[in-house]
Amino acid sequence: MNLLEIQRRLFEAVVQPLTTGEHMQPRTRDGKPMREAAAEFIKPNDRLSSFERLEIYNRQYWFRVLDALDEDFSGLRAILGRRRFEALCKAYLVDCPSESFTLRNLGARLESWLRGHPQWILSRPGLALDMVRLEWAEIEAFDAAAEPVLTSQDALASDPDPQFRMQPYLQLLRLRYPVDDLLVAIRQDHSDGAMTSNAISARKPARVHKVARQKSGSVLLAVHRIDHSVYFKRLEAEAFTFLSALQDGKSLSVAAAAAFEGHVAPESKLLGTVQKWFENWSTLGWFCRPQSASSKFTSS
Amino acid sequence: MPANRYNGFSDFGIGIGLRVPHYQHILSKKPVVDWFEIISENYMIDGGRPLHVLDQILEQYRVVQHGVSMYFGSPERGDREHLKRLKALVKRTKTPWLTDHLCWGSVDGRYTHDLLPMPYTFEAARLTAQKIREVRDFLEVPIAVENVSSYAEFHVSEMTEWEFLTEVVEAADCGILLDVNNIYVSSRNHNFNPHDYVAGIPAERVAQIHIAGHSKFEKYILDTHDHPVIDPVWKLYAHAIELAGPTATLLEWDDKIPSFEEVHNEALKANQFIAEMTVAS
Repeated sequence: MNLLEIQRRLFEAVVQPLTTGEHMQPRTRDGKPMREAAAEFIKPNDRLSSFERLEIYNRQYWFRVLDALDEDFSGLRAILGRRRFEALCKAYLVDCPSESFTLRNLGARLESWLRGHPQWILSRPGLALDMVRLEWAEIEAFDAAAEPVLTSQDALASDPDPQFRMQPYLQLLRLRYPVDDLLVAIRQDHSDGAMTSNAISARKPARVHKVARQKSGSVLLAVHRIDHSVYFKRLEAEAFTFLSALQDGKSLSVAAAAAFEGHVAPESKLLGTVQKWFENWSTLGWFCRPQSASSKFTSS
Repeated sequence: MPANRYNGFSDFGIGIGLRVPHYQHILSKKPVVDWFEIISENYMIDGGRPLHVLDQILEQYRVVQHGVSMYFGSPERGDREHLKRLKALVKRTKTPWLTDHLCWGSVDGRYTHDLLPMPYTFEAARLTAQKIREVRDFLEVPIAVENVSSYAEFHVSEMTEWEFLTEVVEAADCGILLDVNNIYVSSRNHNFNPHDYVAGIPAERVAQIHIAGHSKFEKYILDTHDHPVIDPVWKLYAHAIELAGPTATLLEWDDKIPSFEEVHNEALKANQFIAEMTVAS
């Protein structure tokens, strides 16, 4: 058996889900007794069989990857309940094992996988999908690049219809449920839970029920970063459309046209609105310097 | 002996791992620490708080990069994106040497995020050494490979673990990050004398030493990095520095992490062994 054959066999055994008792499966995926399969390439010792030695790695793998998803998607867990969430994670990881060197990316395909496997979120599909999108956006916003911020000295004025570059960490989400509030409440409960007791565990499902019962609408959200901490900011529909257009590389006039399509307000009022948005978003540092001006700076 | 070409001819003493629960203490109190080891993967990102903290640490302290995902023993060639990110971090930290594990963890593009044991064969040694050379040539920094704790052995193995380690580092012409806790853990799991291991490797290639604690179960020992270092591991440490000389030493404490002082004081116990060794010689 050469190196590659051993590694493939070991990998297949390690990523096979554990039994409900958290032991290694008695059979391989193709139905062979696992004891036999393990004994073919792993030596036993005086205390452990080949099966038991392989099982150590099998258990470590599942504890590690489930812990990682549990940490990254605590909001989804609160919506589905721990048992359902864990079963979902196992099914997801069987279909989508990690393809990245870092566990940070483990949940990158969860949203698209859930869209193809709605049976896992049947009770609250819209709410669950919104939460997954929010939690993934938060991961992206946490460690994406921050480029030098646009300043008043930057020569945009010479361009009559400039394009604005948005910070790479800025995530814009069109959601149907207020999962931002829900996630903050869940985390608050979690931190309170370290000090108090039963009242907290009863409150969490109540909050989820309350949000889930709401008629789905439109929650427009920016997930962004200030001083290296991630924040959520609700946006008005026009502002969201405007920002989305700028993020897509559209010019100022095209973005404004998209934002105010169908509006009958006087142009001066619309200009005033845009100006206020710019002041606010500039304070938050959402605009980057033009590429040529920022190229001499390194990101951090 | 401590300064050699495998650790960039540096003179590092006793360090500890840079861990999130200690960030605030380190940045506000600025304790005297000879050096910090960082887990490279935690900083192979584009921005945000981890890099901000790292930059502040780099202003005050010396840092060495330790990786957990290069998987020198995996069959695939090094992932280009991974290597580019790692190289960018090497430039940022100016790490005098870089370490990762003598293990594998991915196959066919799928990752286990574990440090899986190698079969100790000549084929595996040759392929692993080739990959180490390729990575070193790309990163342009000395590399030292770390022996891992293991819980399984393979029928196909053709040599002991320390013979395999020697075979690899000599073929790759790289250094060794000698983890004496891992040697102890594996010696108990596989019934060998850990001092034979320490005596069996080329001491002149030891670039760095790891010390750590572990967890004992009924039938095996698990490398958990959540306890102080036990006496038999300190004895192995003393044996290692007797052969390799006083070497850059790093305490790993990754779970149930106590206060900064407790971790640092545990690491500084190594000085006692270095002093005893210096007196004896």
